[in-house]
Amino acid sequence: MLLKVTDLDISYGSKATVTGANIELKKGEILSIVGESGSGKTTVIRAIMGCLPGNGHVSGGNIIFDGRNLLDNTPQQWREMCGTEISMIFQDSGNMINPIRRIGEQFIDYILTHAPQISRREAYDLAIKMLDDVRMPNPDNVMRSYPFELSGGMRQRVGIALAMTFSPKLLLADEPTSALDVTTQAQIIRQIVDVRDEYNAAVIIVTHNLGVASYMSNKIVVMQNGMVVESGLREEIIGDPQHEYTKELLAAVPVVGGKRYYA
Amino acid sequence: MKNKQIWGRIGQIVLVLLGISFVTFALVMLSPGDPVRQMIAGNEDIVVSQVEIDALRHELGLDKPFIFQYLDWLGRAVQGDFGFSYMVKKPVVEELMQSLPATLILALASTLFMLVFSLPLGIYSAVKRNSVFDYAVRGLTFFGVSIPNFWMGLMLLWIFGLKLGWLPIVGGRVSLETLILPATTLGIVMAAKYTRQVRTTVLEELNQDYVVGARARGMSESYILWREVLPNAMLPLITLLGLSFGNLLGGAAVVEIVFSWPGLGYLAVQSIIYRDFQLVQGIVLWIALMYMVINLVVDISYNRLDPRLRKEGR
Repeated sequence: MLLKVTDLDISYGSKATVTGANIELKKGEILSIVGESGSGKTTVIRAIMGCLPGNGHVSGGNIIFDGRNLLDNTPQQWREMCGTEISMIFQDSGNMINPIRRIGEQFIDYILTHAPQISRREAYDLAIKMLDDVRMPNPDNVMRSYPFELSGGMRQRVGIALAMTFSPKLLLADEPTSALDVTTQAQIIRQIVDVRDEYNAAVIIVTHNLGVASYMSNKIVVMQNGMVVESGLREEIIGDPQHEYTKELLAAVPVVGGKRYYA
Repeated sequence: MKNKQIWGRIGQIVLVLLGISFVTFALVMLSPGDPVRQMIAGNEDIVVSQVEIDALRHELGLDKPFIFQYLDWLGRAVQGDFGFSYMVKKPVVEELMQSLPATLILALASTLFMLVFSLPLGIYSAVKRNSVFDYAVRGLTFFGVSIPNFWMGLMLLWIFGLKLGWLPIVGGRVSLETLILPATTLGIVMAAKYTRQVRTTVLEELNQDYVVGARARGMSESYILWREVLPNAMLPLITLLGLSFGNLLGGAAVVEIVFSWPGLGYLAVQSIIYRDFQLVQGIVLWIALMYMVINLVVDISYNRLDPRLRKEGR
């Protein structure tokens, strides 16, 4: 088991946002967390990364990753782990890098932070290779660009390239396709699946799109009001939903050409 | 910002200056008081007849209709002649140039003082939000922004000039020891305002998505602060700094009077008291010009610093 989250409670101040969440994930598996906005799905993966915003904190439970409890991490250990062993892509990865600096500088600084032994030149070459790997056309140009100069899909590819640089064991994706048009969504989803195949990484993808979840994942976790209401293998959840809320979610997937669009 | 836009802005500046010159000219005309009597009143023991007053009025062109007086003035102004100051018996331009260095020195010194305090205090209290340090800074700056310039100036004079005797209380000249108190007075009040501004701006940037992104990539907190947050936070601060500096270059009248600092603000008040309207006109135009030039410089630098504006050519 690569990741084992048990009875996780997360609070903002004294207000409980997530209670008793359990998640298990093996190497090479893709797990989707689905649920409506405010159900606590993003909060869970933020907790796994150790970057809950504001006064958010884990108030109970354990996060065991690769044999160690992440809740015992010192800030220094978090920094060493984030971006190397666990990395994250966001709804709009372009917003997650500095708007007034070139992508290249930030990419190189990131590489050098975690691999101070290599030269700037080598860092540059590695960045180019990563951009190439996500099929980014003209990676040299991308390195010279500012985030706002790229389209949403390209920004997301940059996000994936950044995230995969150190071959993380776990990739967390927070609504990675919600801000994209449908064609680009499909490309990014395939990209994430490719990344899993290539690096044998485990992936947790947070989405409100059950179609996306059922297309790509091995496991699905359904959350509502800060609680996991149902979890299991994809086939079980899609084929034989037990909880009312899961049934509602499934019924909400649009019907296209006489069949629901999650098979 | 493209060259064409810069020329456009310079054109605007000229137009605005024309408008301002007309309005100030009109206001000075409408205000009570007679510059001719004011001039003559300087020598009280000499009795002057109405004939002589009328002659002087005619000589100065002050008996012509308002619009002709304005056009006369404008015609000379475009040639660099902004008239003659009755008060100091010198051309206006010469008098302005004489007061300018004092104002410039005071503006630079107080801005430097402000930056030295407000940047570190503001940044640190934003980073250590809600700590004892942060509360102390917020409390002190609250006092700072509430204290009027003149009171602060008088208190400093009383403490360091009278009680301790470390610094001269008589101004009227430009030197390092006479500079310290006025620069500190202006600096403290500005620093209080800017510390709060820096704190707010840095806090705002610390909440941006790119900071979360950088943390998720495992960047160090010092990297995030110096390389990500501060460059972004500087952009809005540059605009404010430009406005403040423009303000200071027009002379800090209250502080200059308290310390008899021979700058433009002091000159402006004197010229108004003596109804020396050519000089008032010159000073007003200078202040307006400084504001607009500094605004232009701020906009240009903003464009250079923010790639989003630079690339779109705005």
